[in-house]
Amino acid sequence: MTDTVLDILSWVLLTLGGISVLIGGIGALRLPDLYTRMHAASVTDSIGAILVIGGIMLQAGLSLATIKLAAILLFLLLTSPTASNALAAAARLAGNKPGIDTTTDKDGAS
Amino acid sequence: MKQPVDKPTAPGGAGHFSAYLLFIALLIAAWVLWSGMFKPLLLGLGVFSCAVAALIAIRMGYFDTSVFALRFNLRVIAFWGWLLKEIVKSSLEVARIVLSRDLRLSTKVIEIDASQLSPVDQVLLGNSITLTPGTLTLDASDGRLLVHALTAEGAAALEEGEMLRRVAAIHED
Repeated sequence: MTDTVLDILSWVLLTLGGISVLIGGIGALRLPDLYTRMHAASVTDSIGAILVIGGIMLQAGLSLATIKLAAILLFLLLTSPTASNALAAAARLAGNKPGIDTTTDKDGAS
Repeated sequence: MKQPVDKPTAPGGAGHFSAYLLFIALLIAAWVLWSGMFKPLLLGLGVFSCAVAALIAIRMGYFDTSVFALRFNLRVIAFWGWLLKEIVKSSLEVARIVLSRDLRLSTKVIEIDASQLSPVDQVLLGNSITLTPGTLTLDASDGRLLVHALTAEGAAALEEGEMLRRVAAIHED
């Protein structure tokens, strides 16, 4: 009984996580410039990672694997914003001005 | 508000040696715990990657200030809970924009004064801002964070300062 409930819950989380990753991907293609695309990509980074790893943790049950998954999630949530900051800082240094014109894609930022 | 305490020890001297050793020992212990395998190749790779990590940490000046700057506090857990709620809310908002037909954006760049926070807490705030979809920390210098927001509402919510207050509350004595 509890197994079925956990299974269903886990699949709900995995499906929602998959949808978030998909939305992040669609956003990275549709949005106009580097900075707005990074906003879309951060949907994948944050809520996508939380939901998918949460779903796998429910599948793994109470085991060492779950502890390792929790550590992976923690490190992902600590490092992915750091990487985003480095990317944004590099783009600014390279002269990519944010938020002036969000209708064109002439700088080919992606 | 008391000033953040950073005790700069003698830069780059022998005083750091025990800190280096402790740091490398911690890294190796973590590697062995996670891998759980004791083949010579894997142990060698582990020692190698720990040494590289230590070298990078030295280059980044990790040992020039306090070594274990990340103080853990139970109030961090409560902050994570609040942050999770914010991540869910702003993810739904960004998803709505991404899937909307006309992609109506109102991007905005704002500056947030976080000079009241310690350097570690400024990093926590900057990373939390980046972690919530729709807001992105572009730059941090002199206690000021430059933030890019996807919507004017997101920028306004950040300027209102709830996240800043919650970060400041974590290490309030």
